[in-house]
Amino acid sequence: MSAEPTALWEESVRGGDAWSHVLKRGTALRLTDVEGRANVGALFFNFEILSERYNMPDTLKAQHTAHLKKSLVLYSDMGRILASITDESCGWHDPLSGHLDAAATKQKYGEAGYQQYRNDFHRNSRDNFLIEMGKYGLGLRDLPANVNFFSKVVADDHGTLTFVPNHSKAGDFVELRAEMNVLVILDTCQHPLDPDPRYNPKPIHLSIHKAHRVPPDDPCRLSRPENTRGFTNTERYFL
Amino acid sequence: MKLVESNLDPAAAIYEFTLDAGEPWLHLIQAGQTFRIVDLCGNQAVDTFFYSADDTAERYSATDTIAGQRNIYLTCGSVLLSNLRRPMLHITADTCGRHDTLGGACSTESNTVRYALEKKYMHACRHSFLKAIIHSSYGLTKRDIGSNINFFMNVPVTPEGKLTFEDGISDAGKYVEMRADQNVLALISNCPQLNNPCNAFNPTPVRLLIWEREA
Repeated sequence: MSAEPTALWEESVRGGDAWSHVLKRGTALRLTDVEGRANVGALFFNFEILSERYNMPDTLKAQHTAHLKKSLVLYSDMGRILASITDESCGWHDPLSGHLDAAATKQKYGEAGYQQYRNDFHRNSRDNFLIEMGKYGLGLRDLPANVNFFSKVVADDHGTLTFVPNHSKAGDFVELRAEMNVLVILDTCQHPLDPDPRYNPKPIHLSIHKAHRVPPDDPCRLSRPENTRGFTNTERYFL
Repeated sequence: MKLVESNLDPAAAIYEFTLDAGEPWLHLIQAGQTFRIVDLCGNQAVDTFFYSADDTAERYSATDTIAGQRNIYLTCGSVLLSNLRRPMLHITADTCGRHDTLGGACSTESNTVRYALEKKYMHACRHSFLKAIIHSSYGLTKRDIGSNINFFMNVPVTPEGKLTFEDGISDAGKYVEMRADQNVLALISNCPQLNNPCNAFNPTPVRLLIWEREA
């Protein structure tokens, strides 16, 4: 685990919960898996132009990858970089599998309403996303494909997907450096392909700290020639 | 790959249209109707998206479709799911064998990232998408453009998680056919991309046909 910089703000998020924040350019967000087997669904929007948002195909195409890891970046649909994965300890984060809605969550885990279960009631990723998005005036039409941090799903030669269990361990982390002012929306429900039949979402720990200016030799900038151009587009946005 | 032919007769189609490369197309397909896309000249990416005609907030979802079938490729038997996890269309015939839903649509902005800042002038699918929806009466805007399907495009993913744009596996006359489970608006950009092999560096027309629901 890399040395952790001084946190400006720390917060814990329970399993199955949601969280949102406008992560300012020049700061970074660190997500830590507290117990192991966490999954963090994540959405990213340009806070100034909310129609600009994380774009899964553009992110994958630009970096010739079907998974996310250290030194890769998250592209918007406008050719700009919303955030960079400056460090992480899992080596694989899933961008392909989306998330479950209320009906699929009920079908998989059964029903557990607030009346009986109070704050241990079953929440679902879709409603978590839509509720947080709603706080910023966004709705179903604004919901793009999400990232699933800490989860690994592998495609075989025929394209069939397999969920890799126990991928993330206690203490595993992801560090996201904001390259724009980014509305970050997180959800801590289980991965949609997690075969665990129990509703068993895991907590995460969050911390926000100052990030250094992106230097010319930044590993994310240099990891692909495409990313060098992506950083140029992003820097031009702030001119 | 399993190839499945259709027994529908083009002479019996109620709609036929040849869509040139670089052009958009937005059309209603009613529940029960069958829709066919023919790759007339071979290896032409057909960027395609679907909305529920009755409520356009419901739309094709690549991630729900992938998770639903636990497979990243589309072919005969694939059910195209909406963001509400409801079936929109079933693929009922496919003589190509495999179609992409990870590669998305090209844009002038993504072209600057992928190829060169100077390539921004080149025509791109998301311009065609925007043109089609802005001129329509459905009130759709950029926020309504989600991750689409690329029929006839070959984007293999390796077990190591690499994604590549390979030469196409389609050929002149190959087609894919799907039956609508609900009234859907089909939005197509017949891809103008000249910078990668998705169109064999030569974008060409495709043929679109619709058959009435079988009695």
